[in-house]
Amino acid sequence: MKLDQRPTETARVLSDKSTLLKLYREMLLIRRFEEKTAEMYQMAKIGGFCHLNIGEEATIVGTVSALRKEDYVYSNYREHGHAIAKGVDAKAIMAELFGKETGTSHGRGGSMHLFDHDRRFFGGYAIVGEALPLACGTGYAIRYQDKPEVVMSMFGDGATNIGAFHESLNVAKLWKLPVVFVIINNQYGMGTAVSRASAVTELWKKALAYDMTGERVDGMDVLAVRQVTDRLVAQARDQHEPSLLECVTYRYRGHSMSDPDTYRGKQEVTEWKERDSILKFGEYLKRERLASDRDLEAMDVEVMAEVDAAVKFADESPEPDPKDLFRDVYADEAAS
Amino acid sequence: MPILSIRDALNQALREEMQRDPNVFLLGEDIGLYDGSFKVTRGLMKEFGEKRVLDTPIAEEIIVGTAIGAAMAGLRPVAEMMTVNFIMVAMDQVVNAAAHIRYMFGGGIKVPIVIRTPGGGGHQLAAQHSHSHENWFAHVPGLKVVAPGTPADAKGMLKSAIRDDNPVMFVENEGTYAVKGEVPDGEHLVPLDKNEVKRPGDDVTICAHSRMLLVALDAAKDLEQLGISAEVVDMRALRPLDMAPVIESVRKTGHAITVEEGWRSFGVGAEIAARIYEEAFDDLDAPVARIAGAEVPTPYNKRLEKLAFPAKADVIVTARALLGKN
Ligand SMILES: Cc1ncc(C[n+]2csc(CCOP(=O)(O)OP(=O)(O)O)c2C)c(N)n1
Ligand SMILES: [Mg+2]
Repeated sequence: MKLDQRPTETARVLSDKSTLLKLYREMLLIRRFEEKTAEMYQMAKIGGFCHLNIGEEATIVGTVSALRKEDYVYSNYREHGHAIAKGVDAKAIMAELFGKETGTSHGRGGSMHLFDHDRRFFGGYAIVGEALPLACGTGYAIRYQDKPEVVMSMFGDGATNIGAFHESLNVAKLWKLPVVFVIINNQYGMGTAVSRASAVTELWKKALAYDMTGERVDGMDVLAVRQVTDRLVAQARDQHEPSLLECVTYRYRGHSMSDPDTYRGKQEVTEWKERDSILKFGEYLKRERLASDRDLEAMDVEVMAEVDAAVKFADESPEPDPKDLFRDVYADEAAS
Repeated sequence: MPILSIRDALNQALREEMQRDPNVFLLGEDIGLYDGSFKVTRGLMKEFGEKRVLDTPIAEEIIVGTAIGAAMAGLRPVAEMMTVNFIMVAMDQVVNAAAHIRYMFGGGIKVPIVIRTPGGGGHQLAAQHSHSHENWFAHVPGLKVVAPGTPADAKGMLKSAIRDDNPVMFVENEGTYAVKGEVPDGEHLVPLDKNEVKRPGDDVTICAHSRMLLVALDAAKDLEQLGISAEVVDMRALRPLDMAPVIESVRKTGHAITVEEGWRSFGVGAEIAARIYEEAFDDLDAPVARIAGAEVPTPYNKRLEKLAFPAKADVIVTARALLGKN
C-alpha cells in the first residue's frame, strides 16, 4: 500500500505526532551521520572497511523503533544506523570509527564492530551470517530466564544463502525463540544481485521451509515497516514465535567506501532515489500538517549540529594507550 | 578417595556445577535422551530436564553460536561437540565469535562458555574421525585450552572451566574415558593455567598432555628399569601455556622430549620446544626431541594406524637416543 492511501490507518497505529517526528528525525540523523562518515573517510579520519546505510533508513528505523530498551539487536558490519536507532550515542559511534578510546568498542573494533551493552546493541559482526546463531542463543537465554524480551537479528540478502541462516531459522522455530530475523534486502551482496545468488528471489519465502511466519514489506516506507514489525515483535514476545521479515530496500552508495559501483545501472540507482524514504515521509508529515517545511529544515539543522558535535568529540578524543594493547583479550587480565 | 573413570569424573563435574549454578546448561547432539555419544552426560537430562540438557540438531555452527549468544545474555553454557572432528564446520563461531567478541567490543562483554571436544585416534575410525586439534585452538588469543589426562584433573579442570569467564576449549580423548583413578569428592578445583610434574625424575623431561600423558607415564616406568630417570610434566594447560614446571625441570635434566597425538608440524611440541629454546637454551645438553602423530590422514588399516600414533616404545627409544644410552 502507498503511504498516501493509508494515512488514517497508519495514524491510528502511530497516532502520536511526536513519535512520527521522532521516526523522521532518526532517519535523518542516520542519513546525515552516514554522509559525514563518507566525508571523514575521504579525509582518512576513518580507516578499514566502511559500509554505509544511506538509502536503508526507513528499514532500519521502522524495525528497530518497534523494540523496547531491554530488547536485543544483533547486526552485521553495515550497522552504524542500526546502532543509532537502538539509542547508541552518535558521539561514541563516530569516535569508534575514528579508532578512539572513547568509541563504543574503545577503538578495538572500528566501523564493523560497534557494541553497546547497556543499549543492548549486541554488536556488529563482519562475517556474513555469523550473528544469527548468536541471536538464537540470546533468544534461548531469554526463554531460559523467562524474560519478556525479544531479539532482533539484522542481516543482508546475501546472508540468506549461508548455512548459519538456515541452522538459525530451524532452531528458532524448533525451540520457539523470541527472535525477529530481518533481511535488509538492498538487492545486492557486494556486486552480486539477489537473482544471481539465490534460487528463491522472494527471500521471505525461505521462512516457509521452517514453518515460520514470513513477511515482505516495502523497506522504503517507514510506517509500513514499523507496522509489520510491531506485529512480529509482539508475536515473538507474547507467543515466542519467531519470524522472518524481508524489507525491500536499496543502498545508494557502493557496497563499501572502496566500491566503484560498476555492476548496476545509473538509471536503477536514480529510480530508487526517487522513492527516497526520508523525502516521502517528509512529504507525508507536511501533507498531514504534522510538520511544516520550516520544522523539517530546523530539524535538519539540529541533526547536522549533532553530527558535527560527534565529529568534534571523536576528533578531540584520545587514542587508545599503547600499553593497553593486550587489555580485554581475556576477562581475567592475568591470562592476557 | 573414590576411584572413578574419566567419563564418570566428567559426569560428576557437570552434575555438581549444574546443582551449584542454575545458569549452567548443557547443549549438544544426543547428549540428553541418548545419554551422550560417550555417555559423559549420562542421566543428566533425567535429573535436570530438557531445558538444561538441550538436545540439538546436527548443526555444529548453531550449537557453538547458541552457546555464545546465551553466554552473552548471562548463562553459562557447556557445549559438547560429538567429536572434535565436527568442530571444523563451527570454527567461525569458535574463532571469529567466541575468541574475538570480548576484545573487538572493547571489553564490553564476556563469553563464558565451555566447549567439550572428544577427539584423538586409535580406534580404526580413519581420516575423518581421528583428529587432534588442540594446537589449532591454542593458537588463538581469547581462547583458553586445557587437555587433562587423569580423572582427578578431568573433574577439577571441568569445574574450573565452567566457572571461568572466558571461552574454554576442553579437550577430551576418546581413548581415555575408561581410565580410572582417584577423584576427590565435591569441591575439587584444578586451575586452568598450571601445568604439573606428574612423576619426578632427573635425567630427561617428558612433556605430554591428555592420552599421551598416560603413555609418557607408562614409558617412564620402563625407563626406570633401563636406568633412566624421567620427569613427566603434564601439559594439561595449553593456553595460557604454563611453562614454569617445564623450564624448572629442563634446568635439572638438560634434556626434553615432547609427546603429542596430533601432527608434528606447527604442533604443541613445536611451541613447547621453542619456549624451551627461548628460556633455557643454555641448560640443554641436546636439541629437544619431538614425538608426534605421523603426518598422514589417519589410515583405517590397524597396522598402519598403529604406526601413525606415538606409543610407549617411541618414547623409550627417543629417550635412550637422546641420552646416548641405546
Ligand atoms: C562469510 C563471509 N564471506 C564473505 C564475506 C565478504 N563480504 C562482506 S559483505 C559481503 C556481501 C554481503 O551482502 P549482504 O548480505 O546482502 O549484505 P549487504 O552488504 O548488502 O548489506 C561479502 C561477500 C564476509 N564478510 N563473510
Ligand atoms: Mg545486500
